[in-house]
Amino acid sequence: MKKNLLSLAAAGAFAVSMALSGAANAADTIKVGVLHSLSGTMAISETTLKDTMLMLVDDLNKKGGLLGKKVEAVVVDPASNWPLFAEKMRELLSVHKVDVVFGNWTSVSRKSVLPVVEELNGLLFYPVQYEGEESSRNVFYTGAAPNQQAIPAVEYLMSEDGGEAKRWVLLGTDYVYPRTTNKILRAFLKSKGVAEEDIMENYTPFGHSDWQTIVAEVKKFASAGKKTAVVSTINGDANVPFYKELGNQGIKAEDIPVVAFSVGEEELAGLDTTPLVGHLAAWNYFMSVEDRNNEAFIKKWHAFIKDEKRVTNDPMEAHYIGFNMWVQAVKQAGTTQVDAVRQAMYGQKFPNLTGGVAVMNTNHHLSKPVLIGEIQPDGQFDTVWQTDGVVKGDAWSDFIPESAKLTADWTFPWVCGNCTEPKFKTLIN
Amino acid sequence: MARISTLPSRLAALGILLTVLLGGALAAHAQDARDFDALVAGLNAKSFKAKIKAVDVLAASGHERAAEVLTVFLGGKLFARRSDGRIFMTERSGGVYLLTDAVTGADAGQASGKKLRKVRLNNRVRVAIRTALGGLTLLSPDPAKRSAAADAVFKSPNAGFLPTLEAAIARETVEKIKIKLTMTRAAVRLKTGKTDEIKLAAIGTLSDLATPASRALLAGVVHAEGGNAISEAAAEALADIERKLAFWNAVGNIFQGLSLGSVLLLAAVGLAITFGVMGVINMAHGELVMLGAYTTFVIQEIFRTHFPGLFDWSIIVALPCAFAVSGAFGIAIERGIIRYLYGRPLETLLATWGLSLILQQLVRSIFGPTNREVGSPSWMSGSMEIAGGFVLTFNRAWIILFSLLVLAALIVVFKKTAFGLQMRAVTQNRAMAGSMGIRTGWVDAMTFGLGAGIAGVAGVALSQIDNVSPNLGQAYIIDSFMVVVFGGVGNLWGTLVGAFTLGVVNKFLEPFAGAVLAKILVLVVIILFIQKRPRGLFALRGRAVEN
Repeated sequence: MKKNLLSLAAAGAFAVSMALSGAANAADTIKVGVLHSLSGTMAISETTLKDTMLMLVDDLNKKGGLLGKKVEAVVVDPASNWPLFAEKMRELLSVHKVDVVFGNWTSVSRKSVLPVVEELNGLLFYPVQYEGEESSRNVFYTGAAPNQQAIPAVEYLMSEDGGEAKRWVLLGTDYVYPRTTNKILRAFLKSKGVAEEDIMENYTPFGHSDWQTIVAEVKKFASAGKKTAVVSTINGDANVPFYKELGNQGIKAEDIPVVAFSVGEEELAGLDTTPLVGHLAAWNYFMSVEDRNNEAFIKKWHAFIKDEKRVTNDPMEAHYIGFNMWVQAVKQAGTTQVDAVRQAMYGQKFPNLTGGVAVMNTNHHLSKPVLIGEIQPDGQFDTVWQTDGVVKGDAWSDFIPESAKLTADWTFPWVCGNCTEPKFKTLIN
Repeated sequence: MARISTLPSRLAALGILLTVLLGGALAAHAQDARDFDALVAGLNAKSFKAKIKAVDVLAASGHERAAEVLTVFLGGKLFARRSDGRIFMTERSGGVYLLTDAVTGADAGQASGKKLRKVRLNNRVRVAIRTALGGLTLLSPDPAKRSAAADAVFKSPNAGFLPTLEAAIARETVEKIKIKLTMTRAAVRLKTGKTDEIKLAAIGTLSDLATPASRALLAGVVHAEGGNAISEAAAEALADIERKLAFWNAVGNIFQGLSLGSVLLLAAVGLAITFGVMGVINMAHGELVMLGAYTTFVIQEIFRTHFPGLFDWSIIVALPCAFAVSGAFGIAIERGIIRYLYGRPLETLLATWGLSLILQQLVRSIFGPTNREVGSPSWMSGSMEIAGGFVLTFNRAWIILFSLLVLAALIVVFKKTAFGLQMRAVTQNRAMAGSMGIRTGWVDAMTFGLGAGIAGVAGVALSQIDNVSPNLGQAYIIDSFMVVVFGGVGNLWGTLVGAFTLGVVNKFLEPFAGAVLAKILVLVVIILFIQKRPRGLFALRGRAVEN
């Protein structure tokens, strides 16, 4: 009897949910897919981005929606499971029929959804700094490419203000992003005359927690009479024990500065940063930047999340810029149809939260300013260096010989993400 | 590269500097206060280069407040008022800043953060301040300050410090600091000495000092001099230092291995009871550890809000609480799920694995997916440099000690208490124990609860070195099973030896093979070992096992 009741209730709930989704369809909404892990290892970083998207959609609806329609966020949970990302992307595009998807964090998850989004001609906005060496017709990359983050950071450490580092330790988590970034950095350092013996490269597994040996090795490597700096592409959870070990072994930023590409305000939130003051991070956004737009954004975020202590970070800004550019492009095109919106995206402009204006280029990467900040005792970053204007994101690195030849440009006559010559060369003359 | 500073700002900074220098030249007493005013204002120059010059000039001015202002600057607590650029030393109190005028040292009331702008500094400015402060505090009455000053000057040797160093060495009474000061003097002489004799003598002195800092200094000299007598002497001293450092490096490796072993031991010892003694494959073991870590977080939050003065003891209070919380969860799991699944290992494995996912998501829903900050008590943070670059970190040392204490306590429970006797009786022969009047069901629940409680206690310790996030447990579950299987199922001593062996082997492999390969190698070795000795290092023998 009990069983019957239960199944009856389940059937009822199913019927109600069907009716509801039917009603939603009838109202004719514009659907925005949100593909961020809400459980598993990456939930720590990605849940915030899901909330950011909900806030942006909510805000747009308050302003009257888009093209006279309500905008609806469709949230799915790929659970930090890379193959599941592809399945969920397929679900978003073919079952929910979303008009655009905002999502992914790790490069491996992006590589997993790439075939699906290209096959179904979807549109993905990817908000995280990454290793570059990619330009898909169906993806807009709103995070930093290596030339907007890694290269300027290393240049800063080589400069007089940065301490004129001569010896380099490249620490990373063992997967595609750190390995590719370090390949680019190694080529860059060599072009600057750094000898092979002055570069140390080391990889650790995801979630590595025992950093004693590696930190001791770094210390040893640094005591060779040349100023040493550490470039960290350590990702995710492993950062906290790494920084704790640095603090415990008494490594000060003044002696061996560590510049990180995956450590932002959110990652420092679970950490006492007093021993870490002076270690660096390179991003396109810091919460501490004094700017009217930034102030308004932080205020909105705190009101939405109902917690004054929550921080904002770079990938959040990337979604903010990406979403607003997409809205502008849809308005211009007068439709959410992917091919039309893509055309309208090129040259789209939107103010950064840190001042200046971001521009979407034809290689699907943004032009954004680059900031380098030092960690402060309150877990924020203090900008110590920034580019004069915006830097254009390079899909293909100039420092890898085989990539330097490639061009990404999705407008005529190129219409290609990785070509050595334009596809429609014959038509130009 | 310093694109942040514009030309006009540089000119302005230069202007400030000029006035400063001119003011110094006049050196009239009445002018003193105004000079100092300009000196302090110079710290707020636009470019870092100008700031560094301002720091040096301020330190050289010999003003009685110079050291204090520089110390506050180093701590990042120097602010400029937005309205007029006046510099203040600040102390944050609630939502406002309490101000002290940097020039006069007089109390200046308070101001909100919006009215102030931080006087910015970067690593290069910090080095300059530390060196300048080193020169100013070499003669400080506080031994700790003198020691820090010697270290700072050692790193940036400068001939200007020599007279102060001589004076400091002459009046130093603490032997350890005297040696440090002598070494610092040698470093200065080596870097700035006029004749070869002075430099060679300095190298002779420095060769006794086997630290990474002296290695860096001598290696720098070898690079710079290239081929002459001084470089040869430096290279010889360097080889000597390398030998000593290699020894301490090995000592460091052993310590790190023991430390990793102690973490493995803590994570595995609870499992040694539930899996080892009871034979339950509990995939949710890691989540019980995680619950212990979150209990620590909750206890610390209570201490932070209600008894901030007693924060150092919060972790001691957290230990029994974590034991109780995880233990209660353990008993509930045993009574609610596992007791229906005894003798069906595959179902137990699947059920507890599902349970681990439920617990993770539960914690994620309650506490959020982000890391929670668990502070370290002051007696657990920091480190002590023993010798030759070997650093004994206090949190690691405490955890080694703690893991041994937990194991000892467990062994006492097993061997000396009535409960321990019943536990052993039930695992050895359930039917016989039952007929002797032991409530076997109750003993099962309590044993599982004990294992779970120990996992919670491990969580308290792990919260000190790892992330407190919902994923905390996942990282340890594989390692824990590895240790228990390697050490010998059902044997606590085996767990001890297994954990420390794996820890030390791992740490000796890591420098050669890298962290990823070292882990794989250890796993391969264990698989081969299990082929040879399926029951692990310390196999239980007897009839109970044969069944």
